[in-house]
Amino acid sequence: MAAVERKILLKHADEDYYSPSIDSYLEQGGYEGLKKALAEKPEDLREAVKDSGLRGRGGAGFSCGIKWSLVDRKSGKPIYLICNCDESEPGTFKDRQLVHKDPHQLIEGMMISAFANDVALAFIYIREEMPLGAKILEKAIEEARAKNLVGENILGSGYSCDIVVHRGAGAYICGEETGLIESMEGKRPYPRIKPPFFPAVLGLYQCPTIVNNVETLCNVVHVVNMGVEEYTKIGRHGNTGTRIWCVSGMVKNPGYYEIEPMTMKEFLYDVCGGPLPGRKFKGCIPGGGSMKILGAEETYTDREGKSFSFDEIIVDYDGIAAAGSMSGSSGMMILDDSTDIVEALANITAFYAHESCGQCTPCREGSLWTKKITARMCTGGARPQDVDLLYDMAGNIGGRTVCPMGYSTTWPVQSYIEKFRDEFDSKAQANECGMKSFDERLIEK
Amino acid sequence: MSEDQKDDGLISVFVDDKEVRCKPGTNLVDLVASVGEEIPHYCYHPKLSVSGNCRMCLIELGMPGRDRNTGEPMLNEDGTPKIMFFPNPAIACGTKAGPGMHIRTKSEMVKRCREGVMEFLLINHPLDCPICDQAGECKLQEFSTDYGKGYSRFVEQKVVKPKRTVLGPRVMLDDERCVLCSRCIRFSKEVANDDVLGFVDRGSYSTLTCYPGKQLENNYSLNTVDICPVGALTSRDFRFKMRVWFLKETPSICTESSVGVNTLVSSREGKIYRITPRRNDEVNDTWMSDSGRVIYKEVEDENRLSSDSSSGDLAQIHKYLESEKIAYVGSGSSSVEELYLYNRLSRTTRSVANYLVAHTQEGDELLISNDANPNTRGALSVGLIESLPEDQLSDLGSKIDAGDVDTLVAYNEDLTAAGITAEQLAKVDVIYFGTNSNATSEAAAVVIPTLTVFEKDGTFINQQFRLQKFLQAIPGLSGVADDLETFSQLLNHVEPDTGDLSSVQAVWAELSSEISLFEGQSFAALSPEGVALDGSTFKHLPFCEGKTLHYEPAAETVEAEA
Ligand SMILES: Cc1cc2nc3c(=O)[nH]c(=O)nc-3n(C[C@H](O)[C@H](O)[C@H](O)COP(=O)(O)O)c2cc1C
Ligand code: SF4
Ligand code: SF4
Ligand code: FES
Repeated sequence: MAAVERKILLKHADEDYYSPSIDSYLEQGGYEGLKKALAEKPEDLREAVKDSGLRGRGGAGFSCGIKWSLVDRKSGKPIYLICNCDESEPGTFKDRQLVHKDPHQLIEGMMISAFANDVALAFIYIREEMPLGAKILEKAIEEARAKNLVGENILGSGYSCDIVVHRGAGAYICGEETGLIESMEGKRPYPRIKPPFFPAVLGLYQCPTIVNNVETLCNVVHVVNMGVEEYTKIGRHGNTGTRIWCVSGMVKNPGYYEIEPMTMKEFLYDVCGGPLPGRKFKGCIPGGGSMKILGAEETYTDREGKSFSFDEIIVDYDGIAAAGSMSGSSGMMILDDSTDIVEALANITAFYAHESCGQCTPCREGSLWTKKITARMCTGGARPQDVDLLYDMAGNIGGRTVCPMGYSTTWPVQSYIEKFRDEFDSKAQANECGMKSFDERLIEK
Repeated sequence: MSEDQKDDGLISVFVDDKEVRCKPGTNLVDLVASVGEEIPHYCYHPKLSVSGNCRMCLIELGMPGRDRNTGEPMLNEDGTPKIMFFPNPAIACGTKAGPGMHIRTKSEMVKRCREGVMEFLLINHPLDCPICDQAGECKLQEFSTDYGKGYSRFVEQKVVKPKRTVLGPRVMLDDERCVLCSRCIRFSKEVANDDVLGFVDRGSYSTLTCYPGKQLENNYSLNTVDICPVGALTSRDFRFKMRVWFLKETPSICTESSVGVNTLVSSREGKIYRITPRRNDEVNDTWMSDSGRVIYKEVEDENRLSSDSSSGDLAQIHKYLESEKIAYVGSGSSSVEELYLYNRLSRTTRSVANYLVAHTQEGDELLISNDANPNTRGALSVGLIESLPEDQLSDLGSKIDAGDVDTLVAYNEDLTAAGITAEQLAKVDVIYFGTNSNATSEAAAVVIPTLTVFEKDGTFINQQFRLQKFLQAIPGLSGVADDLETFSQLLNHVEPDTGDLSSVQAVWAELSSEISLFEGQSFAALSPEGVALDGSTFKHLPFCEGKTLHYEPAAETVEAEA
């Protein structure tokens, strides 16, 4: 039987009968979850989310319930909830669907999460390049407020919470949660050092803050509606629930697909329609541009020493981690045999060089250097030593920076070279213009 | 761990396996410095918030392991705690010492981290050391030598950024040299309370700049030049004047106000090139005002009294001092030693009154106090005056008018600026000691030139009753005697068996025995940071100082003012 989608979050979004209006949402049983939640104790809701196994959909895949449990509830300061809708990881376009097509699902998820965490003011940080999304959200919040689903004394429960839409000013790094918080405070989005600035303790305005991705918060609605037992039946242990994968690149049917875990083969062939005619898959970048590439011809070995092929990779958090990469923001970019891997790398590194916030030395300088080398390699100026230089230099970035973005240069560079070294080397060999280093030129003179 | 904490409140941290005892929470950069080792760093500054952005201070960090299930400490085979090192390096500047913590500052990983950061910092750096003022005191140079690779792998075009940007009246910026450590930004915001600097653009194109329509013009702007670890910010006064390795540095005290900012005077071959702050956590931390930095220019002031401009001699003065009616006016910018000898002179002659001229100003609540005299408390301590000085010498004026004064001795004060009229000066015989000519010296019968603070040794007592010493940075003006020398000789004229008091050491031998406040002190033993004296006998006086960096006016004074 061919593998198919399992639509929960996107159940109605693309259907003809559905619109982003509150009536549409209510017709489909919307806001029942919120009513149910308001009748419960916040700590029980938090426990339920923890037990549901829900993991963050924004990048790191951290347990949502554990994140909530780390919030400093003794400080006496207000607790803030921020929905991260800065979606700007290359190849990622799922949050946009949820916001544009089903904004009330997000609002309901946020209100439940806010109630569960004693939050009185929640924010949606939406990237600047989504002006329509911001309008839709503003309107939806108005609608919900008119129906007393947001605002004072919600549905007579005595609980009050408002949602503010905050538009970003246009930078990828605003998606990193502490950069986002700085940006919300009206500053440059320089990610903060952790310690001491863990959002759960010292977040927005130095108050305890929860930052969750759009898709994560939407899932909270279904955890409450279905109950923990039913919810955990979706997916597999440690990877509960569905995930929306954004598929782009060299594949027949690019798009976004909400699925339960399945194998790469099932996903790429059954769901995405396989390679373009006459082409062969070369590999995929599984979780947004910063993740390590997975080669199609590669043999993988998991922790227990069991080996498996590209086709057998299970498309979920743990399956992709077992193959040595990360599911990240679930932006899956497919490369086939028509792709020049060095050009692919040049393209990716150009993005991270442009988006490095510039705060810390290794990412700031390393990302631009990488961009310059790869660009030169693609325009006939490759030198044999460039490959080792790239590999070694990129190793000086990731893990040594303020925020995880350092890895966005290290991982692509190192994984592309490890897996496609021969392509890099042949580029270097084919160098015709014979660019020489300054030192070499000096020696000649 | 908690047990040994009880003893002295200290904990054990292991730096490269060597045990170091420290207060919990000590910053690791400071901790390692305290045992004479170095963690290289650019952005960290002990007096600013931690930004953790340069990544030069990366170290390996480990904690005693605990079993996940039982919570029990994990042990090695030999029973010692098993240390679990984090897989990624940590920034020392953003890490506080905790009990049992282990750090590695010399491991292969740490070495690679430093090499990496140094390489990244240098690839877009213009490498223009030969024309850079910072050369010789540049952290980029120092750390390249100590921790860098020694060669470049970079063959691309460098990033081009603005050169010679005027940030303000005293500070010049070369953006290509900037390592984006943000120290200058944090200083402006956190210390100078003048948030004018920031970065624009991003990534490697990030550029330091002033906000539109703003200038870096506050009176502390030059501190950014001091703390800039590289040659990006330079002083427009000092730029291109002198190579720093030629400079001799002499510890001194700023005479701008009674704060007594600790300074270093940099000179070469008898010429001063700059003044920079000297760290004193009790007084000025690591800062000083811009205005205090140009005081050295008084050495070459056009009104400076030289040996040519002296008139009369000590024998002549002696004659005038035989008068029955002498008034003495001293200065709050003279040293404790000078004021002591001056006072002694007044006591051995027939003084009708001693005065000091107050110089008040509006302080800035940071490092400039309301009292522009650096040594008002010195004058009180040696007994030259008993109450606080006034800025108008009206009492002296009336005494002159009443014919109660016929010899008037002025030391480094222009009496006409203190309300004494030319007519009044004409009624008495004026003896003037001072560095500069003015209406008083013009009217004087005898003029003896003296030295500036840069040309002699001495001490001041600041607003906190902290006794602080300054040392001679440059030779005195040719032919001009040290003030102490002058007064010592004069005293011996008046009282032939006074003995030699021409050196600070000799004066201190007397001060420490004569004045209880100074008991046990000596000039030689006085530490560069100075010593806090017990000024409680003067606490009833309504001193004019308000709050400044490390000073709160005493409650009594505040009441007295109110
Ligand atoms: C460079 C960088 C960019 C990021 N961009 C986004 C983003 O656009 N959207 C997002 O939800 N999370 C983004 N994240 C992850 C957030 O920091 C944060 O972990 C996430 O919003 C937490 O939500 P979750 O726990 O629900 O996944 C980014 C992280 C990094 C390091
Ligand atoms: S790693 Fe890059 S993006 Fe993150 S703080 Fe450092 S410079 Fe900015
Ligand atoms: S100008 Fe100097 S102090 Fe300021 S950010 Fe640049 S390197 Fe740091
Ligand atoms: S000194 Fe620690 S990161 Fe700069």
